[in-house]
Amino acid sequence: MSEQVLKIDNLKVRYGGIEAVRGISFDVKAGEIVTLIGANGAGKSSTLRTISGLVKPAEGSIIFEGEDITAKDPTAIVSKGLMMVPEGRRIFPNLTVLENLKIGAYLRKDDLEKDIEMVYGYFPRLRERSWQEGGTLSGGEQQMLAVGRALMGRPKLLMMDEPSLGLAPIVVQGIFEIIRQINDAGTTVLLIEQNANMALHVADRAYVIENGMIAMEGTGKELLEDEKVRAAYLGSSSS
Amino acid sequence: MKQKKKTFQIFIGITILLLFVILLENLSTFIPGLPQVLSPTSPLFTVLKKAAVYSLVAVSMNLLNGFTGLFSLGQAGFMLLGAYTYAILTVPTAMKDQVYYLFGGCAFDFSLVDMFKGMFGESGFGGAISMILGSFIALILAGCVAGLFSYLIGIPVLRLKSDYLAIATLGFAEIIRAIFQWQKFGPVTNGANMIKGFPTFSDFNITGPSGNVILRLSTFVPFLVSAVCILLIVLLINSSYGRAFKSIRDDEVAAEAMGISLFKHKMLSFVISSFFAGIGGALFAMYVANAQAKAFTSVMTYEILLIVVIGGIGSVSGSVLATFLYVACSEWWLRFLDTEVYLGSFKVPLLRNGFRMVVFSVVIMVIVLFFSQGIMGNHEINFGALLKKFQPKPERKS
Repeated sequence: MSEQVLKIDNLKVRYGGIEAVRGISFDVKAGEIVTLIGANGAGKSSTLRTISGLVKPAEGSIIFEGEDITAKDPTAIVSKGLMMVPEGRRIFPNLTVLENLKIGAYLRKDDLEKDIEMVYGYFPRLRERSWQEGGTLSGGEQQMLAVGRALMGRPKLLMMDEPSLGLAPIVVQGIFEIIRQINDAGTTVLLIEQNANMALHVADRAYVIENGMIAMEGTGKELLEDEKVRAAYLGSSSS
Repeated sequence: MKQKKKTFQIFIGITILLLFVILLENLSTFIPGLPQVLSPTSPLFTVLKKAAVYSLVAVSMNLLNGFTGLFSLGQAGFMLLGAYTYAILTVPTAMKDQVYYLFGGCAFDFSLVDMFKGMFGESGFGGAISMILGSFIALILAGCVAGLFSYLIGIPVLRLKSDYLAIATLGFAEIIRAIFQWQKFGPVTNGANMIKGFPTFSDFNITGPSGNVILRLSTFVPFLVSAVCILLIVLLINSSYGRAFKSIRDDEVAAEAMGISLFKHKMLSFVISSFFAGIGGALFAMYVANAQAKAFTSVMTYEILLIVVIGGIGSVSGSVLATFLYVACSEWWLRFLDTEVYLGSFKVPLLRNGFRMVVFSVVIMVIVLFFSQGIMGNHEINFGALLKKFQPKPERKS
């Protein structure tokens, strides 16, 4: 089996007195798409924000490529090759599309031409709009921009927080198609989704998070066929 | 490539502007009998000098408020630091006893200008060189002192956001002003009294042996310093640092997720902004020919904030444009509102001392209510596009 890229061990996150993540352990191997699915408030986003350093964990460890990155600051984590596509896209509305992309590569000092071409290759729409301000894009285009921006950092591990949020189903399909392509090109992906159906179809392995703990794990296919998962997340119960 | 060409164009534009300023202020010397407006004592030059100084401060404030999204109101405080640094460092040693007579002389027995005079000689060309060098270095040091203080104050204050940051910086500026007025510091700051005698803009005029002016440079000098400083700020804004500042303004969380260190970049912006505010303060001291803490109240900060808002938050050219309009209105064009006018025996109503400010306030309210984006929004003047507008439109093919 291929090597572990990311290993999370007994991660706990607290906001004041509330424990949002209560001891999560999972791993991501090189070249995989791993997805964490779960309902609102299950602790998915908190887990992701902790990995990227935006939130400090209360307990537990995060190992990235054999190096402990627990509670390091986001700059150090990003420079190691861990990029995040934040929840709700969060593109920079007053910067042009091109500027948005360049910000994604802020910590890199080398030539960006090739990467910009690569992103435009994935998302031809962005090339057309490269001088437009980010805020004037449609929701789907903004999501493309957010993904493209993260790709500009040449991530070894790309983390995506709910890329399907607030998008039309046809657009969501396009985004997931791109996720597949990005993964085929060699980038490991950690995906967080409420849209369990889409996520499980694209994922190699999946974890179900409930109340800040891992309730179930397996390959995408296994979970798709699991009765409990179907009832709780796919909305296709027998009743 | 495109950026380089643009920078070159800006550079050419600034050179032309500076040459034009020199020409403008010397016209009356060469061609007698010109309208009153072009004589050296005309309000035109007062406005130009003050606007040149204010535009630098406005752009420096815009760098912080408009481009980095940090709502700071400490500008007057940093200007004060710059003004005093410049004044204290350049008052000639011979003048010090006279300026500081209330405190029995200055504790700081040193003057940059005198130091250079020791090297290059007292009079003639040597004297001119030492005055230019001395005041130039003092200007930079003025910026450095303001920058240093902003760094120290930034460590606690930059952790605050929006209104809280504004309150903290405003408080800092007021504290600085109070400290500088404190009698105990009299031997350095001259207490609440003004420091005078340092080189001002008119000292840069080239004079003949009998004291007659050969070449006026008193408007050129503030234009030159401001233009260079604003150009530096524009280069910074267009660099990758500038992009990082704008991304912090747009979305702090996303910027942090992209690996941009929030604190480091906020601090960088704060210190650079204060550095240029410090230089602006020194220029202001040169403009009014004295340095006095009383001048640098929060009213001054609001004035500059107003200029930034009128010009457009996030637009350098807007700030500059707004400064010239604002200063021209307040110092020149709207002055007539303050004088009582009689048409025959009829007294024109409302015109009396202070009415100017009423009109001013109404104008500002109209701007804030109906043009909340300011003159330029967050766009820059695009001379290429402007030129195109005046050219005949090419026939559109259908």
